[in-house]
Amino acid sequence: MEMHDAKRVEIIIEAMMEKRLATALERAGVTGYTVLPVSGGSGRWGPWSREGQVGRATGMVAVVCLIRPDRLDGLLKEAFAVLDRHIGVVSVSDTQILRAERF
Amino acid sequence: MSEIIALAGQNLISPMILFFALGMAAALARSDLSFPEAVAKGMSLYLLFAIGFKGGVGVAAHGVDLGLVLALLAGIVLSAGLPFVAFGLLRVMTRLSVTDAAAVAAHYGSISIVTFVAASALLQAQGVAFEGYMVAVAAAMEAPAILAALWIIARAGGRPDDSPGLWREILLNGSIVLLVGAFAIGWITGEDGQAEIAAFIEAPFKGVLCLFLLDMGLVAGRGLRSARGALAPAVLAFGVTMPVVGAVLGLGAGLVIGLSPGGVALLMVLSASASYIAVPAAMRVALPEANPAVSLTLALGVTFPFNLTLGIPLYLAVASRAAGG
Repeated sequence: MEMHDAKRVEIIIEAMMEKRLATALERAGVTGYTVLPVSGGSGRWGPWSREGQVGRATGMVAVVCLIRPDRLDGLLKEAFAVLDRHIGVVSVSDTQILRAERF
Repeated sequence: MSEIIALAGQNLISPMILFFALGMAAALARSDLSFPEAVAKGMSLYLLFAIGFKGGVGVAAHGVDLGLVLALLAGIVLSAGLPFVAFGLLRVMTRLSVTDAAAVAAHYGSISIVTFVAASALLQAQGVAFEGYMVAVAAAMEAPAILAALWIIARAGGRPDDSPGLWREILLNGSIVLLVGAFAIGWITGEDGQAEIAAFIEAPFKGVLCLFLLDMGLVAGRGLRSARGALAPAVLAFGVTMPVVGAVLGLGAGLVIGLSPGGVALLMVLSASASYIAVPAAMRVALPEANPAVSLTLALGVTFPFNLTLGIPLYLAVASRAAGG
């Protein structure tokens, strides 16, 4: 089966910023992404957990998108406009996908 | 004085407080007791639904008067004014940065609905009547504090994010929508409506509140454990000073507008409490540089237990004396 090169961008961001990031991704022409819940972790301000929490203030989500390599710069530019002042982690890795016409 | 001590003692051995203490002790002892996020959220929705609905029914039974308008205005003025008092106190008492102090100040201008629910439960247990519309006052006090904090930070040279999207999120926050919506439905349907759902909103209410307070105790205990180094003694002192200052201002406002002793006590509780749901979320968007561990731990780990155990009975006793109950 034929495989195609792609980039996997994973952005872990505060849950409150999820909609703003989604809008930024759309501006960059990225319409396909997946949002995953994050149950807890630890960062600059210490450990945190979603257990028993009611509000979204301490929550994080992971936004994962698979894109064609030529779209990466545009995505990162738009995403950083949202992420700039906020807690978050961005990682980019090489990956391979089937059905390239969908990305 | 002996009356206050007796009331505080009675409050301390109520199931609500003991479950909160259990949660806090379990978290501090590193127990693996925990509530899934969805269960905690479900209990919070139930409590907002029940307290909002009952408040609306209270207004339907007693009618609307000038007191409602005055109480709403008093609540808005207190919520907008308290952050300035809190900010001033923080700058004098602590070494927090302007950004952290402004974020903490916003929490103390806004309110904690669970503290309000716990206080309402104590008033009912003591047979003290209060105005049903105090629920609407609680809802009105959620947002003005955020605006005040953003103004403080802008004046101090900061750049808060106050985009239109933020205000939609604050004003249409799920907690506020449910509280105000349930209040309106209770008001429209009155006692007939309450009779239809009484089995759901009355008998299980205290049990759910106990369970929710157990969860709050766990969250507060975990927060205190993980933020042990983040809170200096002066910041901790602010966490028990500010509620008393807020309660005194609430007392003054309640007496001026002529609330009943129960209503005055609730306005004191609202002024003394600190938000840990709506404001923390708004501050993460508007003031991302503020350290969330400071404001959340202070509101939930210090002020919330203080109000729950000592504050509420103290405010009730003072309000009863001052308003002639």
